[in-house]
Amino acid sequence: MNARSPWSEDRATAVIAANRHLRGALLPMLHALQEEFGCIDEEAIPLLARELNLSRADVHGVVSFYHEFRRSRPGRHTIKVCRAEACQSMNADGLIEHIRRRLKVDFHETTADDAFSLEPVFCLGNCALAPAVMVDETLHGRVSPARFDAITASTLATEAAR
Amino acid sequence: MSEPLHTVYVPRDAAALSVGADETAAAIRAEATRRGIPLRIVRNGSRGMLWLETLVEVETPEGRVAYGPVMAEDVAGLFDAGFLEGADHALAHGLTEKIPYFAKQERLTFARCGIIDPLSVEDYRLHGGFRGLERALAMTPAEIVTEVTESGLRGRGGAGFPTGIKWNTVLNAQAAQKYICCNADEGDSGTFADRMIMEGDPFCLIEGMTIAAIAVGATEGYIYIRSEYPHAVATMREAIRLAYDEKWLGDEIHGTGHRFHLDVRVGAGAYICGEETSMLESLEGKRGTVRAKPPLPALEGLFGKPTIVNNVLSLTSVPIILDKGANHYRDFGVGRSRGTLAFQLAGNIRRGGIVEKAFGVTLHELLYEFGGGTITGRPIRAVQAGGPLGAYLPPSLFELPKDYEAFAAVEAMVGHGGIVVFDDSVDMARQARFAMEFCAAESCGKCTPCRIGAVRGVEVMDNIIAGEKVEANITLLNDLCEVMTDGSLCAMGGMTPIPVRSALKHFPEDFTRSPAAVAAE
Repeated sequence: MNARSPWSEDRATAVIAANRHLRGALLPMLHALQEEFGCIDEEAIPLLARELNLSRADVHGVVSFYHEFRRSRPGRHTIKVCRAEACQSMNADGLIEHIRRRLKVDFHETTADDAFSLEPVFCLGNCALAPAVMVDETLHGRVSPARFDAITASTLATEAAR
Repeated sequence: MSEPLHTVYVPRDAAALSVGADETAAAIRAEATRRGIPLRIVRNGSRGMLWLETLVEVETPEGRVAYGPVMAEDVAGLFDAGFLEGADHALAHGLTEKIPYFAKQERLTFARCGIIDPLSVEDYRLHGGFRGLERALAMTPAEIVTEVTESGLRGRGGAGFPTGIKWNTVLNAQAAQKYICCNADEGDSGTFADRMIMEGDPFCLIEGMTIAAIAVGATEGYIYIRSEYPHAVATMREAIRLAYDEKWLGDEIHGTGHRFHLDVRVGAGAYICGEETSMLESLEGKRGTVRAKPPLPALEGLFGKPTIVNNVLSLTSVPIILDKGANHYRDFGVGRSRGTLAFQLAGNIRRGGIVEKAFGVTLHELLYEFGGGTITGRPIRAVQAGGPLGAYLPPSLFELPKDYEAFAAVEAMVGHGGIVVFDDSVDMARQARFAMEFCAAESCGKCTPCRIGAVRGVEVMDNIIAGEKVEANITLLNDLCEVMTDGSLCAMGGMTPIPVRSALKHFPEDFTRSPAAVAAE
């Protein structure tokens, strides 16, 4: 499950302060904020800029550089599918097509019921057991379309019952 | 007398977890409880025979006996068969160390991986851990650097730069503060050795970095791990905490005057941060754009200070070099490629995993004797060696010995030893297009040949695939590749042409098929 707390300036300030002692603190701060809120909220940019004595443009530049940092809240679950060569050799493209149809969602999108966000990823380091998929923080290997359905069955059922 | 306590090993490596190792471990625990059998389960790293995961091992008087792949539903049957005594079963493979895939390897860097409990300092010590560091603590910095230089160790991240020479530059740099940075941004498809050793033998990396610190007079270090590796991040953080507890890190390393502080930093999904200067920018909290070299990071690295930037496997090779001596390591390998490399068999391969062998082994041996051919059972048509920026090679080159110079001679690279296998269903024009697409997505944007060239490359490949003015577009593609190779600031743009051109050179038929012929297939 993704953390998706609503924005709170007090909470964000505390999260930022907890990483203040680190050198090169901006990335750790961004990770901590995303862990709390599910994304880097627009409101966080000036707070970070003030804390680190940077311009807002500098902070924005860093946030937008890294694929991992989101600007909007994800669905309740994130599914990352590997698109890199080792997974391609085991027909990751076919798996991706299956997932798109099954969940009715495309890459970088969230399903209409807010249940799933689908993200491409280049390598999960499970290249001998391709294709690889990560559902929230759980890594799966040898993911055929049928195995994908099995892996996600209980989550899909829970989401459908909401 | 109570029954002797049985010890069962179930890996905690992410690859094993990805096929149900946690469920298997829970099922073994539950079944043992149900049968009233006292049991100790050790969550070890992976032995690297990934097609056998979850590989469960049982301690017997003869040695560890292997069962795999064990799913949770196989567990009751294993108990019935008497697997705790090492009994035979359909999933039994006999003694782990006698399995040919494992027995034929030369495990130096991965000597402990899969054997010990990765988060037990005691277990690490029992298996020779910290002996290299203890020896280093009694040496002068120059002596340590000389030992590493004489071992012939070259950067295992792919570039193959002699590690000792890099260390010597940092040693001789005059500065109040120096840093050790471990590049654990293992972003290349087909590689997982860094992840495996961080999850399976994390103290080895801590030991290697501490030796590097003592060798050059650095007091702070960072391990930059990609965010796609949450298990490696968690294991390294816990190992660092334990190392501090036992005074292997901190202000007074085991009562010597040496000080070394180590921290983990997590990337954020940018492939380019595996490039060393981009990684340094990211560690400083900035956009991961590439820096022009010179100045070398060895002289002006992290926060502008002299910095060793080494790959995980370079640093994890250092403890054994210090422990057993430069000559022991040097005795493995061929020509100017000394020691061993952890080859990684990935993609469409029947027996995928880690094969640590001395340089000089051929692709053919790796792909067939170790790998057993494709998992689909179709012929191998191409392999990509050395990551997304590595060459696609046809079977006619599989007899090539794996050494840096022999591969360079055919415009390929050994790189980090990652090998991705494709069967004969692969479309090499599509793979060439993907190389450009990947570069376009992951370019840091600092230099034009890479930023724009990759986008143009995708367009040109689309035209070729569509059968539009193929000959003219191939000329254009070659021209573009030349500009990217010669004009890019770093390996991202500079080497993206390698997979493209090798695909074109070795598989030209895939580039000249008319769309009509493709449609008819």
